[in-house]
Amino acid sequence: MSFEERLTAIHLDVLKEIGNIGAAHAATSLSKLLDRKVDMHVPAVRLVEFDEVMELAGGAENEVVSVFLRIEGEAPGSIFFILSPEQAELFISQMTGIPSSIYDGSDELAISALQELGNILSGSYLTALSDFTNLDIYPSVPSLSLDMVGAILSFGLIELSQVSDQAIVIETSLTDCSDDKSAPIEGHFFLFPDPQSYLPLFKSLGVSSYE
Amino acid sequence: MSEVLRLIKVGIADVKIGSAPDKIRTSGLGSCVGVILYDEVKRVAGMAHVMLPDSTMAKQGRINRFKYADTAMDDLLGMLIEAGASKFRLKSKLAGGAQMFHFKSESDLMRIGPRNVEAVKKKLLHYRIPIISEDVGGKSGRTIVFDPETSRLHIRKVNHGEVTI
Repeated sequence: MSFEERLTAIHLDVLKEIGNIGAAHAATSLSKLLDRKVDMHVPAVRLVEFDEVMELAGGAENEVVSVFLRIEGEAPGSIFFILSPEQAELFISQMTGIPSSIYDGSDELAISALQELGNILSGSYLTALSDFTNLDIYPSVPSLSLDMVGAILSFGLIELSQVSDQAIVIETSLTDCSDDKSAPIEGHFFLFPDPQSYLPLFKSLGVSSYE
Repeated sequence: MSEVLRLIKVGIADVKIGSAPDKIRTSGLGSCVGVILYDEVKRVAGMAHVMLPDSTMAKQGRINRFKYADTAMDDLLGMLIEAGASKFRLKSKLAGGAQMFHFKSESDLMRIGPRNVEAVKKKLLHYRIPIISEDVGGKSGRTIVFDPETSRLHIRKVNHGEVTI
């Protein structure tokens, strides 16, 4: 039986809880960083075809800024924090107080601010995940890119693509909900656990029927 | 008078064929490779969007043949010949195979882009299909559109402009 056929509603609920806890911690970190109130949306867990993964992120050609971290340790996988380029520029100007452009690639302050943002958010997401599951997991150095979402996310699907044609996407979004309605900030997390991570994840959370 | 021009969309791990005046397109190629085989005389062409180099690395029972360079190109060739293309006239163009991210651990999977390109070229050599032009490697995503009418491949990259090869 392929791995997606062994998943039950309970398994999907567990994964949803993982997204929930991870993103809640990331939201807290973001709120501290920007000194603003940040809202988190109830996470969605979907089992989808690869093409649909790209559709979830606005279509394969959609240009986005992404911070990507490989998750290493007992439950390897990939995590992406994705923003539109306009949102990324807003983030930078709020963090640094300097308006900046990310398009020319020469603005080192902007790039390092974004990298730091992705690092803090993904780091708090993963710390929460590690605490919650008692699994030893740690993030790689973050890599920042501005490119088509299809080109970026497909990299996170490579491990998975050797065993399946579908991906489990744990998607959560954060929205800044300050009074300043003119500049809401929104970012999305995409978490793709590698296939061999499901067993340790479910086991650590007491759902053992996944064999 | 006005013919309806179709844009044939090739998804991830997918193979499609078409003939003029239709155009064939795939978007957001990262480490994946887009391979086009075409017959200039018949103006029929096909595109494969391959994700992994070799079907022997599959760890699943029933494989999706369009996902792997070797099997996808076997199928693409078969579909084109069935559509009336001559195997001896076929030429190829390719794009993609970027290395989107760099990490310290240079595992095989991190080098997936270059490996996909190698696998596609090996298969083309096996079939003795010449590569007319290519735009591979680098670290940018690509969206590509092939026009069987002119045999031109249009490539768009974020921040790197557009080229036709």
